Amino acid sequence: MARVVVDVMLKPEILDPQGQAVQRALPRLGFEGISDVRQGKRFELEVDGPVDEAALARINDLAESFLANTVIEDFTVRVEEVAEAAK
Amino acid sequence: MTARIGVVTFPGSLDDRDTQRAIRVAGAEPVALWHKDKDLKQVDAVVLCGGFSYGDYLRAGAIARFSPVMDTVIDQAKAGLPVLGICNGFQILTEAHLLPGGMLGNDHLHFICRDQKLRVENADTAWTTDYEAGQEIHIPLKNMDGRYVADQRTLDELEAEGRVAFRYVDFNPNGSLNDIAGITNEAGNVVGLMPHPEHAVESLIGTGRTDGLPFFTSILKKLVNA
Amino acid sequence: MSKTPLDTVEHAAATPDVELPWAELGLKKDEYERVVEILGRRPTGAELAMYSVMWSEHCSYKSSKVHLRQFGEKAPESDAMLVGIGENAGVVDVGQGYAVTFKVESHNHPSYVEPYQGAATGVGGIVRDIIAMGARPVAVVDPLRFGAADHPDTKRVLPGVVAGIGGYGNCLGLPNIGGEVVFDACYQGNPLVNAGAIGVMRHEDIHLAKASGAGNKVILYGARTGGDGIGGASILASETFDDAKPSKRPAVQVGDPFQEKLLIECTLEAFQEKLVVGIQDLGAAGLSCATSELASNGSGGMRVTLDDVPLRDSTLSPEEILMSESQERMCAVVEPEKVDRFLEICDKWDVIATVIGEVTDGDRLEIFWHGEKIVDVDPRTVAHDGPVYERPYARPSWQDELQADDANKLPRPETSEELKDQVLKLVGSPNQASKQWITQQYDHFVQGNTVLAQPEDSGMIRVDEESGLGVAIATDGNGRYAKLDPYTGAQLALAEAYRNVATTGAKPLAVSDCLNFGSPEDPAVMWQFAEAVRGLADGCQQLGTPVTGGNVSLYNQTGEAAIHPTPVVAVLGVIDDVARRTPVAFQEDGQLLYLLGDTREEFGGSAWSQVIHDHLGGLPPKVDLERERLLAEILISASRDGMIDSAHDLSDGGLIQAVVESALLGGKGARLVVPDGLDAFTFLFSESAGRAIVAVPRSEELRFNDMCGARGLPATRIGVVDGDTVEVQGEFSLSLAELREVHERTIPALLA
Repeated sequence: MARVVVDVMLKPEILDPQGQAVQRALPRLGFEGISDVRQGKRFELEVDGPVDEAALARINDLAESFLANTVIEDFTVRVEEVAEAAK
Repeated sequence: MTARIGVVTFPGSLDDRDTQRAIRVAGAEPVALWHKDKDLKQVDAVVLCGGFSYGDYLRAGAIARFSPVMDTVIDQAKAGLPVLGICNGFQILTEAHLLPGGMLGNDHLHFICRDQKLRVENADTAWTTDYEAGQEIHIPLKNMDGRYVADQRTLDELEAEGRVAFRYVDFNPNGSLNDIAGITNEAGNVVGLMPHPEHAVESLIGTGRTDGLPFFTSILKKLVNA
Repeated sequence: MSKTPLDTVEHAAATPDVELPWAELGLKKDEYERVVEILGRRPTGAELAMYSVMWSEHCSYKSSKVHLRQFGEKAPESDAMLVGIGENAGVVDVGQGYAVTFKVESHNHPSYVEPYQGAATGVGGIVRDIIAMGARPVAVVDPLRFGAADHPDTKRVLPGVVAGIGGYGNCLGLPNIGGEVVFDACYQGNPLVNAGAIGVMRHEDIHLAKASGAGNKVILYGARTGGDGIGGASILASETFDDAKPSKRPAVQVGDPFQEKLLIECTLEAFQEKLVVGIQDLGAAGLSCATSELASNGSGGMRVTLDDVPLRDSTLSPEEILMSESQERMCAVVEPEKVDRFLEICDKWDVIATVIGEVTDGDRLEIFWHGEKIVDVDPRTVAHDGPVYERPYARPSWQDELQADDANKLPRPETSEELKDQVLKLVGSPNQASKQWITQQYDHFVQGNTVLAQPEDSGMIRVDEESGLGVAIATDGNGRYAKLDPYTGAQLALAEAYRNVATTGAKPLAVSDCLNFGSPEDPAVMWQFAEAVRGLADGCQQLGTPVTGGNVSLYNQTGEAAIHPTPVVAVLGVIDDVARRTPVAFQEDGQLLYLLGDTREEFGGSAWSQVIHDHLGGLPPKVDLERERLLAEILISASRDGMIDSAHDLSDGGLIQAVVESALLGGKGARLVVPDGLDAFTFLFSESAGRAIVAVPRSEELRFNDMCGARGLPATRIGVVDGDTVEVQGEFSLSLAELREVHERTIPALLA
């Protein structure tokens, strides 16, 4: 078993009020020097069997058609090494 | 003769019974459709109503878009079946790419429920012929994810082709680009909007206005005269 | 608790000397000894879990029971009561074959710890109570109390609570039609989050929480069981927070409104097919409560196999499974031949459902784990025979001094300019300001039957589309009045809610309450509680509106400082045709404004004394319930016969507050004349009870006056609806624009 992580972020040009709300709170909490915050979603997929090219291609399709709405969001797919190492 | 208008119930749909009532008030026959059935029971038009389908836990409308009933709705909408998406229904239509753009959380991060002023920008769609272009109406609005977004090219296209069907007036309640409250596809058979016309069909209920009724009388006339 | 070999009934009987952590579970020594006496042996760990949670203050009402009995003893004769106190919620006959169930519950402590989830699960819990009676939920209301509006923690708690109520209720498709938001420093650290719900059913659909018929199956359905809020009922809700003991803050339950929506639909479908013999929701005390209540209310016993409970966390011990407060779960008793159909309906709605046991011939509740018996109790001893305390109570020593500090002696405005300034201060103060920023986060329109919603005097829902039959609900409770005199304060809360129902044109029928107080171990608090209950019971008897059920929340205090005694009273009313409802908003220029009732110099506990002088002292306004009843009759008759076009009750803030609200909502001003015998200040700010303002079309004036005269209700013409200012002749004039600005900016400025 291995873990594949899909990160979904709003496209850079799209307003992210949640991220902005976080950023506005930072000075109040004493955190300086952070110029921008954007909030996204992380999906952890536990994959049965080997994570080969074909499996990654399928997950890529899944992310593109379902986990992300590519009209407004970008996504990245990666295999999580930690999960591999822990096996 | 009257028209049969289907209302899809997804798990988490909230305004299905209200929408059926609005269809009845307009004089058409409401037909309940179920998300697990591909069968549209030969209805003449379909309304995707408001609510939080499947909890909207991925993105508003994102899971509903892949339900069996939507397979048929998408096919038939492309072939000309009139489809109206209200609130969550609008979100589903964008997720299904029957309408361009997408819906995001309100810019103020709160749910908002209010009597919203709109301008009818396009009175030629299947669902808007009983309005006049430029007419200002009040329709209840209630949503969490009502911010319409699209890239500049899409926005320019929508504006150039007169496909912005409704625009917020006086107050933009969610940060929608170009104050867009609702849009139509090129053919005018698929319309989606965030405000809830089904909640504005009886003078005693809600805000006490009936400004939403023409949605349902428009489609009835079109279907009966067809 | 039982990491060692499984603590079975057999094992417990064989090892009488094993020490159990009864104190950690919140039991007192004598309570534990009583359990041992009941069982004739030491309890097993699982039994101890059940007793401790069911005998907690929250579940057993052990401190309040002796007082609450008055609601039954003094209950007025009423044909409307179908189901009374003791069930999940009371049920009232509203005519035409319809029955309505309604209830208010507190979720105070959880909402302070985690405002969003605490408030959300409060809505979830009260809605399940309503479904468990067989009704479709049709609306929710939320009476809320927070600390000072400008306190930093209020900015943490309030937005979270409001978002939680909205996030859950909006997702269930329930219109939020009423409630209140009150700020007072006394609620700092102890906010009150009360949640109310109304449900509608046909008479024949009433369901009760009982397990009858040997062989019938017990089905657990809804969410899987996890580690949420374990011990929450006994620890979280029963003892004051103590910063020194963080371990006493167990995980707050997390709600899933989508799951609850499915639970509503699938339960109602099962009801419709008559598949359910008995039903109980799982709230505080989870399965412990559901199994013991169902079994003790039925005719037989019950056998449960705990291994069959679907778990979210497979490491849970049997004790934890019994105590878990995972949300969105229900328990139904179903005849064997109907089980398949029941499970089919659950499957249709993607709801997990599992047979976990059956009703037996005997009178024991037996629970098994891995084939071994871990619970063997008489369920009545768990559910009903909990301890009852006669807590000592005594009128606090400071009460006389407080009452002697007369608010009527406070300096009053001396010039018209000062009077005007104080009006602006009042209508812009957090308690009197518009709560639109809050209420617009709630869906008012869903279900398409909302006739009136806040800020109207009561929320109103259409029940029958053909006839126009409707129900109205109002909740009120003024902690400041109750602090000055708890007996009168409770009656004023009742009177105000009763009046609020009547001003919308509905006839008050029945009462539910949520009694929020400090620690019952403090004799002064216990006296406040006893007085408030006595006042409410006497008041309900006099008004003919029985208490159908309610909720008590104690230990709302930090250290020695208790909250103001805050009895929140909900009154339910019925209206035969919602078309004749009376709104708050002024409708038409030229209509005549009448003040109904008597105005006296009554400023004790008033909004004026709070806003202008930060003062609390003296006596609250006098109560005259016969006058309230007459006023209500007049308001209802006037609505039925079309004699009034708007009406607004007079309460905190007095007449000027009511006029400003009606004017702003209608977008129409008013010209007022101070009536003979009153000074402008008393006219505008007095909070005398038993009053309302109405707008009468000129064509109806004669008829309306005749009616009031014939029935003996003082009706004074005080002005006319007109223009775009609120003007008090000879004193001042304020434009609606200025009033709107002052009234609407306060809350967003503090909280947005």
